[in-house]
Formats: sequence, C-alpha cells, structure tokens
Amino acid sequence: MRVIAAMSGGVDSAVAAARAVDAGHDVTGVHLALSRNPRSYRSGARGCCSIEDAGDARRAADQLGIPFYVWDMGEEFADNVVDDFIAEYTAGRTPNPCLRCNEKIKFAAVLDRALALGFDAVATGHYAQLESAPDGTIEMHRAIDMGKDQSYVLGVLTQEQLAHSLFPLGDTTKDVVRAEAARRGIQVATKPDSHDICFIPDGDNAGWLGEKLGPKPGTIVDEDGTVLREHDGAYAFTIGQRRGLRLGIPADDGKPRFVLDIEPVSGTVTVGSRESLAVDALECIKPLWCGTPPAGSLDCTVQLRAHGDEHRATVHVDPSTGSGQAAVRVELHDPASGIAPGQACVIYDGTRVVGSATISRTARVAVG
Amino acid sequence: MNNLQRVAYLDHAATTPMVPEAIAVMAEELARTGNASSLHASGRDARRTVEEARELIAERFGARPSEVVFCSGGTEANNLAIKGLYWSRRAQDPARNRIVFSSIEHHALLDPVTWLAKHEGAEIEMTPVDTTGRILIDELRAAVERDPASVSAVTTMWANNEMGTIQPVSEVVGVARAYDIPVHSDAVQAAGYVPLDFAASQLDAMTITAHKLGGPVGVGALLIRRELEATPLLHGGGQERDLRSGTLSVPLIAAFAAAVDVTVGRQAQTVEGIEALRRRLVEGIVRVVPDAIVNGDPEPGPDHRLPNIAHVTFPGCEGDAMLMLLDAQGIECSTGSACAAGVPQPSHVLLAMGYDDVAARGSLRFSLGHTSTEADVDRLLQALPAVHERAQRASLVRGGS
Repeated sequence: MRVIAAMSGGVDSAVAAARAVDAGHDVTGVHLALSRNPRSYRSGARGCCSIEDAGDARRAADQLGIPFYVWDMGEEFADNVVDDFIAEYTAGRTPNPCLRCNEKIKFAAVLDRALALGFDAVATGHYAQLESAPDGTIEMHRAIDMGKDQSYVLGVLTQEQLAHSLFPLGDTTKDVVRAEAARRGIQVATKPDSHDICFIPDGDNAGWLGEKLGPKPGTIVDEDGTVLREHDGAYAFTIGQRRGLRLGIPADDGKPRFVLDIEPVSGTVTVGSRESLAVDALECIKPLWCGTPPAGSLDCTVQLRAHGDEHRATVHVDPSTGSGQAAVRVELHDPASGIAPGQACVIYDGTRVVGSATISRTARVAVG
Repeated sequence: MNNLQRVAYLDHAATTPMVPEAIAVMAEELARTGNASSLHASGRDARRTVEEARELIAERFGARPSEVVFCSGGTEANNLAIKGLYWSRRAQDPARNRIVFSSIEHHALLDPVTWLAKHEGAEIEMTPVDTTGRILIDELRAAVERDPASVSAVTTMWANNEMGTIQPVSEVVGVARAYDIPVHSDAVQAAGYVPLDFAASQLDAMTITAHKLGGPVGVGALLIRRELEATPLLHGGGQERDLRSGTLSVPLIAAFAAAVDVTVGRQAQTVEGIEALRRRLVEGIVRVVPDAIVNGDPEPGPDHRLPNIAHVTFPGCEGDAMLMLLDAQGIECSTGSACAAGVPQPSHVLLAMGYDDVAARGSLRFSLGHTSTEADVDRLLQALPAVHERAQRASLVRGGS
C-alpha cells in the first residue's frame, strides 16, 4: 500500500512509520503544520507544531529513508479544532480537542487529501488495535498497553476512516516502542511524551482562554446559592476542579469543595461537596459508530475521559432521535464524578470500541 | 555516484551541479595546506591561488580585481552590501536614512532591509512591479526624487529568482547617479545566464555566488567599487580590504573561479541550448495542461528574462501537492517560494505581481541548467497530466472540507 505516515516529531509516530516501512508499504512521511502562523508555537518540544518538532520528524524520516513533507493544515485546524474549543468553553462545556483533531483533521482532512493524491492509508503512532471481523468490518480495540491506550481519542472514527487507517503500535507497550526507537537509532527516542493541548503549549488553558475571550465576570456560589466570590471568567473552571478555587472561607463541614456546575449564560459556577459530584446518568448527542449502529439497550462499559476509568453501564440508543433530544442515554452502574458536558463518552464492548457520543447533560445521584 | 543520474533535475535555480573543472580544482586545493595570510611559502602559494582566482573572476565580470570581496555567498554579500552601505552613508550624514528596494527581492535582501527598518530605524521604500515581475522605473524614480538627499542606497536585483524577469538595472543606475546615490544589484540568479559587466553597468555593488553557476556552495563575492565605503559585518583579521574578515577558503575560491571561467566562457553556447529546452518545456506544459499559465516576461533575451526559468501557475492546484507527486516519480522542481517551518508560503513575488493567494500557492518553478537534457523535460511532460489531475482532486477535497 501507499501510506502517509503522520509524523509529529515524537517517538511514537516515528516508530509507527518505521513499522509501516518494515511491513513493506511505500511510506511517505508527513508532518502537519497546524498553526496558522508557523512561528507562533515555537516554544519547546511540547506542542506538536514547533519548528523543532518538524525538524525532529524530518530527521526520523531521513533515518527511515522515506520522503518527507510538511502539510499545512493550519486553516482546517483553526476552524475545526481551535474555534470549536473556544466555542465549547464559551458554552460552559469541556471539549477534548484531540478527539476533534482526529475526527476532523488527521482522519478527515489529511486522509481525504492522501486518498485524492493516490495514497491508500494514513498511519499514526496512536496506541489502538485494528482487527478485521468475520463479516469484513474493521474493529477497533484497546491497545495492549492500557497505560497508553488511545482508543478513547479515536472513538470518533467511522468504518470508512478505519478502513484507511493503520495503528502499528497497538500491540506494543511504550517501553518496547522506546527501546525499538533507540535500537533503530531514531534521535527522538528519549523525547518526553506530550501531554498538553498542542495549541496551548504552556498548559495554562485558563490564561489562554482569558486572552481569547476577555474577562467575563460571574460568581461562584455554593449549592444553596450563597455567593462565595466573584470570578473573571467561567472558562477558568472545569467540573470536578478542586484546586485554585480560592474561596477564602472554608465550607461548613470543613471538607474540600469542587466545581459541580457551570452555567454559561450567567457565568455562575456552583461548588459543593465531593458527594455532590457523583453522577449516574448521562445524556449524549452526536453519536458516531465504529460499525453498524447498535439499537436498543446495550450492557457495556464506557470511558468518559482520556486515560479515565472504565465504567460499567447500560446504554440506550434511540435510532429515531429528533433534534434536541438525547440520542444516547447512559446509566452508570456505579456513580462517576467530575463528568462535564462536552466530554466524549466512548462506548466499549470488552476491548472493542462500539462508538462515541458527546455528553450533553449529566444527572446527579439523588443524595439520600 | 552522482545523485542526479536517476532523477530529472529541474531545479537548477536552487543550485546547479558543479562543473567537473571546479570539482577537480577544489579537490586539488583541499589536499594542500596554507593560510593565504601567512608569510611563508605555503602561505604565499595559497595567496597566489586566491589572487589568481580574484583576477579571473574580476575579468569575467568586468570588474577590477580589487573590487572583488570574497565571502560565504549571496546572503552574506547582500547583507554586507545593504547594511554596509546604509551604516556607512548614514554615519556620514544622518539625513540619509532611506533605502529604496524592490518588492521582488530575494529574502537574502528583503530580510536585511526589513531588519534595518526594525532595528536601526531605517525608512524603507518598496518599488512595485508590473504583472511580468519587472519594477516600475517611474515609481522608483518618484521615490528617489521625492527627497534624494535622504536616500542611503538603492537596490534592485538583476534577474528575479522565481520569474526570471530581468530588471531595468541601467535605468535604476541612471536615476540614482544623478544624486550620487550608490546602487547595489543582486545578480546571483543572472550570473552565468546573461552577460554581466560590472564596470559597464555603472553599479556600485553587485552580488554573485558560486553555486548557481557550477561552483561550490559556501562561496560568493560582493563586487564593490574601490572608493565606496561600507561598514563591515564581520570584524577580525582584516582580510578582503577590511570589509570581510575571516580566513580565506582557498579551495572554495579556486573552485569558484574555475566555475566562472568555464560557465561564463561558454555562456553564449549553453544559453542557446537552454533556451531551446525551455521552449520545449513551456510549449509542452501548455499542450498537456491547457489551462496552465506561464508567468513572467514571455520574450527571450538579456533585457527580458533568464533563459533557464519557467514559472507556471496551475489553476485549481496546490503547488506543494504537485511537487510531492513529481518528486515521487523522480522529477524535481520547486514551488518557487520561501518556506516557514517547511510550509510553503504564498510567494511575495507573485503577490507583488498582483496574483491572489490561491494562484500564488498553485505555482511551480522549473529551472534548467548546464546538465539539462530533452529527456529531463520529456519525463516531466509525460508525468504531468496525471500529476495535475491528482493535485486538482486533492485541492477540491480541501476546498470542500
């Protein structure tokens, strides 16, 4: 096959490209320039768009003896990922931009361009496994290395996208990948993993949003509605957050307080006890299924955050959902906490990804 | 051994293969030891090689040997010329704070000029161009004559590196000379392809580099009139009339001279062959891709355009997609524009010529040289229809996403 290897400049994508070469594919390395202004993300090796990262990717491609190009996806990224991130926060939700990037950029804009240019597939360094089912469909499963498993951020991919994807690292642990990179002489073997949102390289999401959105004053209230203090913008808070609330006076029971709810219009942030964070029912919209859409009820597990726990759940899928209604309802068998609208709910059958949907509402466990 | 044997290399304006004579001289000199500034016999031998090279280059370009200042290449020569002249002239008279330059200069000149504006308070004035990429001399004249006493230097390249369009250098000199304003010209892309006579041009400074005319990368020269003062960029041992300190690279300089000797010596004959190849190329391109547009000045000749560059816009395509697809088939060309972090930016030259961003992105530069053959051109013409079709499809996908 003719394969585009998306190379971020990190270890994983370099080894993934190397394995695609070993598998006999005709591989071309591509680094995605995702910033509108290529000089703006220059600060260090944390983001995926710095000049250093492009250079590291180029060196890895040299070492593999494959052609290498930089593709400018800055406009697509700004429109679909960055603007969406800002809009979601403005609406009081907590988006996952990596999911969005996979859905709209890596396995959409990049894949479409690759196919149009005569390539057959895109290979990435994501940790997930693809298997062909007896009926010919392609199943996506969790990676062997549960600590690195990235099937959650790939849960938005459809059959059509999976049919043109390669994840060469899914059957390997990160330790082995690092050792393999070192053995292959890939210079980035010891480069640290990236964790932050790539377009916010210093990790200060609140500061970045503050710059984009300007001050949007509101209040922090407790569960009774008592105003505890003013704040400069609700976007500085996420549901489940405990640190940095600066409430001054302790709660009556002396226990720590957490962000329970964010009301986007008024900017009211509600805080309360850990117990009040627990939710056991979710409503989700915009479902995307990896294969045939399930119907009716499904006993399964769900994951609600990248690297989050698995929760046992019963999922009800309504195939005839009109607009404004929940398409997927999730009953958690045990309560979960810190779940925010905007996050993705990825549905698993064992290790297999069934699909995903965006959480639109959560229902708190009745405290009794 | 030669990497170009397996590819159709159509990027000679980026760099062109060294002529065998230059390789031979360079290898010979690399095996010898001697600092051209040393006083002993080895030093004297090295110095002699350098001076013979200087004399040869001066002679081939109509300059006096003392006017040849060796340096590392085009970028350094341009920096030395524009910063050196600006600093020195402003020091003589603080009122001389303006630099008049053209909108189509190479980044090696554009960037030092904008640097001077940002860091030294220079007032910079850009001369616009027509749709073929030639500067509008009346605009330049108006800019100079508005306040001639405030101009520290005027600079206009000899031939544009993307379009190949030849600039009206003698007219520029005519404008500036009336006010004793020094004129510099970046002739990097022209040298070896059109006749250059420094004395006859009446320029004050001119940039040339070795690797565009069959010499090695890493050496070039600023031809600069003896009586003109310029502030050096590099201070040290005082080599090159104190304008450019640093131990002289005897092998590079000797190879530079050998390349100039060969290339300028047989220029008329080479150019004729290249012009014929270019005709085959552009006629072929518009035959296989009828909506392709050949940019720049269509007229051949040393007052119009370089013989070796063909700049083509493919409407509805992205140049970088075409480059990649051609590269995969061993056909090498350029998008003809600068990169930022590997991302091709829309060419400032095309934008200056009035093209929009989309057209600017959908262009390729094919450039021929002394090793180009009909087979190279035919290989491109054979691959082009399929490549063009694919790139068009990729561009549509993108527009629709």
